[in-house]
Amino acid sequence: MHRGSMIRTIRLGFKSLMLHKLRSALTMLGILFGVSSVIAMLSIGEGASYEAQERIKALGSNNIILESRKPPDQNTQQEQSAWTAQEYGLTYQDAELIADTLPAVKVVIPIREIPKRVRYSETIVPTIVLGTVPGYSEVTGVQLKEGRFLTRIDLQRKRNVAVIGSEIARKLFRLTNPIDKNIRIGKEIFRVIGQLAEPERGNTGKSADRMRQGIFVPLTAAISFFGELIVKTSAGSREMERVQLHRIKVQVLGNEEVLGTGAAIRKIMADQHKKKDFAVIVPLELLRQAEDTKRIFNIVLGSIAGISLLVGGIGIMNVMLATVTERTREIGIRRALGAKQRHIIAQFLVETVVLSCMGGILGILLGITIPAVVEWYSNITTIVSPTFPILAFGISAGVGILFGLYPAWRAAQMDPVEALRHE
Amino acid sequence: METETIHPHSEIQPSTKMSGPADDELVRLDRVERIYKMGDNVVRALDGVDISIHKGQYWSIIGRSGSGKSTLLNVLGCLDRPTGGTYFLGGTNVNQLDDDALSEIRGQRIGFIFQSFNLIPQLTVLENLEVPLFYQESEPGVAKERAERFADRVGLKDRLHHRPNELSGGQQQRVAIARALMNEPLILLADEATGNLDSKTEKEILTLLDELHQEGMTIIMVTHSDKVADRAGHKLELRDGKVLKITHLDRSPL
Ligand SMILES: Nc1ncnc2c1ncn2[C@@H]1O[C@H](COP(=O)(O)OP(=O)(O)O)[C@@H](O)[C@H]1O
Ligand SMILES: [Mg+2]
Repeated sequence: MHRGSMIRTIRLGFKSLMLHKLRSALTMLGILFGVSSVIAMLSIGEGASYEAQERIKALGSNNIILESRKPPDQNTQQEQSAWTAQEYGLTYQDAELIADTLPAVKVVIPIREIPKRVRYSETIVPTIVLGTVPGYSEVTGVQLKEGRFLTRIDLQRKRNVAVIGSEIARKLFRLTNPIDKNIRIGKEIFRVIGQLAEPERGNTGKSADRMRQGIFVPLTAAISFFGELIVKTSAGSREMERVQLHRIKVQVLGNEEVLGTGAAIRKIMADQHKKKDFAVIVPLELLRQAEDTKRIFNIVLGSIAGISLLVGGIGIMNVMLATVTERTREIGIRRALGAKQRHIIAQFLVETVVLSCMGGILGILLGITIPAVVEWYSNITTIVSPTFPILAFGISAGVGILFGLYPAWRAAQMDPVEALRHE
Repeated sequence: METETIHPHSEIQPSTKMSGPADDELVRLDRVERIYKMGDNVVRALDGVDISIHKGQYWSIIGRSGSGKSTLLNVLGCLDRPTGGTYFLGGTNVNQLDDDALSEIRGQRIGFIFQSFNLIPQLTVLENLEVPLFYQESEPGVAKERAERFADRVGLKDRLHHRPNELSGGQQQRVAIARALMNEPLILLADEATGNLDSKTEKEILTLLDELHQEGMTIIMVTHSDKVADRAGHKLELRDGKVLKITHLDRSPL
């Protein structure tokens, strides 16, 4: 068939469809909803997995993070330890061991977290004091808005200097410049030497949270000013614990060393800590897992989408079979006037494909709108990749061909004489 | 080849006498059968039919209802395939052709006119007229020009953009005739073309067919009315799928 007659066949298809507007529209709905749900689900899924991956990447794909965990078997000793401090978690020794024994390790950043209240003039704000080392800023990529971060000398001299989080700065100082002001953390006086920049809005990870709410002081100063005992007061009950380090961030030299080093750290830690009072988090592993999850997610979504398109396709097929029966006589007439079987096939197939492609196009429009609306009303990230509409259009055309083929074939197989005699 | 041999039922075979040389033979049926088998029931709709029709002749096929007239016309028009015997159309053995080739013959050489007009209801007159050429993959301009010409020929030039249901029966049948002419066929086949029309309209349609015949068109017309059948130069009577009688009337063309 040459192009001119293809165009005429398409025009004919449109015309036949316009003859039964309501029926065509209803048939189209199946494909429309199928395609739009495919796009909407894909883009919401894509957005979710993008967010997850960003959060993991924010941890640093070259980093390994160790965290102190309350050991699980502690419940039985609860009553007896009402006034004795609970001792668990990462130690200074762990940090040294990792730094000294693993060659692929570039930096080890110990972090000690102490919940405190901070006060400046009349304002008192709860905060978390982070005792750490100068390397923290490079490893977690914190940005300063004002002043400087901790230095080696601050650490050596146990200076009472502090770098404050962006939100703390806002709450304590409002419009005044916090640099060189003295704040009171607990009972101790610290001098503000820096203020952190606000992390990106969407970044809800732990380090971003600390960059807002935390106060960074030299680890040595944190130990000497606030001691080893940490008292947590929550809802009227007091809890005391003895934890040396809450977190250790380890930066590895190269990306390819991360997984091996992670395994080595797990082994060292397992040897050192018989009670399971720590966790090792390897962001790169999480990233891999997130990718796997996404793959499964896509398969599930794909199946759901496939089923909805299948239903749409069956709807189309049903209508087309009815149409073929209804137009049996027309088929007979066309055959008598010289139509070959392939002309009849083309005519009905084009009709189905036009129907499903129109459904597909409308479905794409709706499918792009849904994520936009979702994003507008909630802060869920959605990503409409340009491949989705193309994919969806291809699928809807494919559905049209697949489910149009049988009715069209039935039409073409009719005996011309029988068809002409049909009432 | 076979066209040289004498027709087996040729005691009254006049074709060579009346219409010139044998290579003018357009249609030739040899012992053609069309048998329907429905379980144990066998219907011999055509039971050994021999005919020879020459170019430019006007034939009528007459017989009672169920005698096989439509079946014969459908075989002649390559809509139906005989179950036995051979059918030559313009020297081609049609039996051996596949569905595509038969469609091609219908599209290029045959013009059909039916009792119930068989226009496509959702298409306008013009579009109905263009249908046959659509399948010949002709240029759209050609189809339109020809459609206008033939609409004019049947006196319906001002109805081109009407739909069939806006026309009277006689007008619809005129459109159908114009459509049958669109591919400039070798034969015009009419199955009870006036069966649905009143006698006045019937006369108009028959006059139109007469005119076409006079212009040289080969026409085969099925009817159950003797009055109508007698307008043709050659009358074939069918009974139970067999040729009962062939009459050559004294109104030969040319
Ligand atoms: N599809 C069919 N199946 C079975 N019998 C048929 C079929 N078509 C026609 N016949 C039979 O063939 C015979 C001739 O039919 P037809 O050619 O339509 O007769 P006419 O047109 O002369 O009235 C009839 O007996 C009819 O019942
Ligand atoms: Mg009949």
